Amino acid sequence: MSEEFKLEVVNPEKSFLSKDDVTEVVVPAFEGEMGILKDHISIISFLKPGIIKIYSKLGEEKYYVEDGIIEFKNNNLSILTSSIFDIKDMEKSKIDEMLRAAEEETAKDNISDQAKYLIDQKIEVLRTIN
Amino acid sequence: MASLDDLKKRIASVKSTQKITKAMKMVAAAKLKRAQDNAEKGRPYSEKMNNIILNLSEGISDKENAPKLLSGTGKDQIHLCVVMTSDRGLCGGFNSNIIKKAKSYFSRLSGEGKELKIITVGSKGNDQLKRVFGDKIIENISFKNSKNANFFDAEKVSKIIIEKFKKEEFDICTIFFNQFKNVITQIPQAQQIIPLKTDIDDKGKSEDNYEFEPDEDEILTNLLPKNISTQIFKAMLENSASEQGARMSAMDNATRNAGEMVDKLTIEYNRSRQAAITKELIEIISGAESL
Repeated sequence: MSEEFKLEVVNPEKSFLSKDDVTEVVVPAFEGEMGILKDHISIISFLKPGIIKIYSKLGEEKYYVEDGIIEFKNNNLSILTSSIFDIKDMEKSKIDEMLRAAEEETAKDNISDQAKYLIDQKIEVLRTIN
Repeated sequence: MASLDDLKKRIASVKSTQKITKAMKMVAAAKLKRAQDNAEKGRPYSEKMNNIILNLSEGISDKENAPKLLSGTGKDQIHLCVVMTSDRGLCGGFNSNIIKKAKSYFSRLSGEGKELKIITVGSKGNDQLKRVFGDKIIENISFKNSKNANFFDAEKVSKIIIEKFKKEEFDICTIFFNQFKNVITQIPQAQQIIPLKTDIDDKGKSEDNYEFEPDEDEILTNLLPKNISTQIFKAMLENSASEQGARMSAMDNATRNAGEMVDKLTIEYNRSRQAAITKELIEIISGAESL
């Protein structure tokens, strides 16, 4: 029996990625990383900044996301996100710029704890990519 | 009757107007293609978002304490209307159709004694509304500098709306935009976004029980503001496709009208030229006869 399921990644502008042969997807869910395999229970969750790893026959693909929602149902995984980048396409200068912006943001003292947590996460992830 | 020279000038000027409208039609057609593509590409996101919200709002355990963006403030005294129009003119009835729709809604509201606040997106709507409803407009947003509708702009608008909602400046929020049906038909729409109206549609309903992580309430609180951005973005995409469609058909009409006018003027020109020739001939002949 095949262990593959469908994955669709959409952002507001277009359908970013659509595959029907993925075997495992690891998403940075809000309460920790979550690996999804075929026949996972229906779930809705949202994402924090992190890396989505997609495993298929072709190997592993990595994408950086800042936020989003995932829905898994009937072996269809939908990821809705407004900011997703293929890590291969991310240039170092861009990462540096994003890092700097995030660091500026976290230095402000009027942000909420949750926002601060998210930004700290973002910085951490960006540093690992870098 | 106008002199020959005047007629000649008029024909030339109508012809050059026709050239302009023709060019504008071409440009609009090209842009329409792109805007339509964008609108189609943007659909999966908003549809999925809608589905998730639907599933969530069904699964929510405590309806009383549901987030206010979903359930509303419990009042409907102050209405916020977001009127989305274009930044450019020359697009037929595009802007005035939205304004008409909005105005009839406004007058119904004031008939019911409700308070009205307006946010205009796009400068054309602001121009048309400020004469009558100038004191009601609390904000005017315009994206003259962005070429295409983009999500970043939509988020800006939704941030303003949500902030005002949190300050309890209004109870109900409705957006006005044109839905793109085809090149000649755009349907002005009024869509309520706060509190969210969930269409009870059996098709979209799922029997599954979802697992939520974290719990429903928290996801909803995070999701609802995003949904507002998504809805506004959808409206912007529909609007930009409609705008180009409306402009294209308006310019097509203008080109055709100009063509008709050129024909008419040419006939008039030829006729008066012939009349002048005949007159001259008569003069010559009667001059020769009198000799």
